[in-house]
Amino acid sequence: MTAVPKRMGNQTVGFSQPPRILSVATVAGPREGAGPMGSLLDLVVEDTLVGCKTWEQAEASMLESAVNLCLKKANMSSDKVQFLIAGDLLNQIVSSSYMARQVGIPFIGIYGACSTVSEGIALAAMIIDGGFADYVLVATSSHHNTAERQYRYPTEFGNQRPPTAQWTVTGAAAILLTSQVKSGPMVTSATVGKVLDMGIKDPNDMGSAMAPAAADTIHRHLTDTGRRPQDYNAILTGDLGMVGKKIAGELLRKSGLDLDGILDDCGLKIYSGSQDPHSGASGCACSGLVLGCSLWPQLASGSLRRVLLVATGALHSPLSVQQGESIPSVAHAVCLEG
Amino acid sequence: MGESMKTKQQQAYQQLANQSAPPRPVVRNVVCAFIVGGSICLIGQLFWSFLMSRGISPKQTAAMVSGFIALLGAVLTAIGVYDELGRFGGMGAALPVSGFANSIVSAALEFKREGMILGMASKMFVIAGPVIVYGLATAFIVSLIQYAIGAVVK
Repeated sequence: MTAVPKRMGNQTVGFSQPPRILSVATVAGPREGAGPMGSLLDLVVEDTLVGCKTWEQAEASMLESAVNLCLKKANMSSDKVQFLIAGDLLNQIVSSSYMARQVGIPFIGIYGACSTVSEGIALAAMIIDGGFADYVLVATSSHHNTAERQYRYPTEFGNQRPPTAQWTVTGAAAILLTSQVKSGPMVTSATVGKVLDMGIKDPNDMGSAMAPAAADTIHRHLTDTGRRPQDYNAILTGDLGMVGKKIAGELLRKSGLDLDGILDDCGLKIYSGSQDPHSGASGCACSGLVLGCSLWPQLASGSLRRVLLVATGALHSPLSVQQGESIPSVAHAVCLEG
Repeated sequence: MGESMKTKQQQAYQQLANQSAPPRPVVRNVVCAFIVGGSICLIGQLFWSFLMSRGISPKQTAAMVSGFIALLGAVLTAIGVYDELGRFGGMGAALPVSGFANSIVSAALEFKREGMILGMASKMFVIAGPVIVYGLATAFIVSLIQYAIGAVVK
């Protein structure tokens, strides 16, 4: 393999010894289990409380299950893993911290809202390629009910959602990266996105808020690597939903990039139309589940050769929205190759 | 980049976003609101007619019907039905007093896990609170005006 420069262009890093993704584990709730990817999930819980007293405990417990499953699938013990990078949507990323309390791996907590998966994979790959670790775990979770009560209304409150609204995925994903194997899907480059804010203030329209960040990061990645969209089997944004995907496609077209047939969104893959998700799915687990159920197996089997996963995050808080602030957004891209 | 340039860019983007947003299904929403809101009112009317036929005074009947519909809203919230009703019927479910009950009971249920005092009791009126505050304030102002008019006319 020819040596890849560590820095490519302004925002992209290349990995000279691309870390491999050893295993991915996915855990999700019943609604996700009934969706198009239901049969591909590693574990579907029947009850969104998972036998816990609170939704928050349930989310942390699902995240812990995902981490344990991921280690089990790779036949690894947790003491061999040098770093655990995790994040979620809740205040002070409590789901991740309570999960980390149980698993006992040195913990790096991150917040990137729904962009956490690619943010975590990018950081893990940098740590491994930098020679600071042999095994790094990345984990993230979201829960419809914890997100609803934190960002919107009580879960039993009878309000009508606008068509632009999205449904937060109840689920968790864990990804184990390593420098110690020579085969399997690998992370070859990563583009860390800038925070963009185009003045969208409606927290029920996060697709519109995040689309510019996604388009910017995709454009930046392609410029930095000198590639064309056709060099990828798929470019998957995180959770733009129907509304945001359309806008992102339009923005990229305006900057001279035609992604027809290549651009897709993880938020459109979790629920079927009959499940009434409005604009689509969202949440940290959204792109994590798609990575585990669809991308990783297809990269491993060779049916996908190269994909760009561009998880997108809306970085507002309920407080900032109430104070009239618009929604800042970010998107991070990781290039995965089979 | 200048501030005005940035605002212009934001305005252009917001225009694009507005064009891409799917239209709200207004006709469907109105019909659903009519069905749900109308059904709630029909139940109230049936209860009203029943009480009146029993010879209860109109004033007492009005209070009892309001109480009954609020109770209905509270029970339907507790068994997890009212949120579905609201998702389907929108304003038709929110506007009757059962919707008011839903806003209180749903908050009480949601925050029960943070304790009976700092959770349930303090968060119970998180949605209904503004309705009570501004409702009382408006009622106070209107009654002041009415009192003033009464004094002048006299």
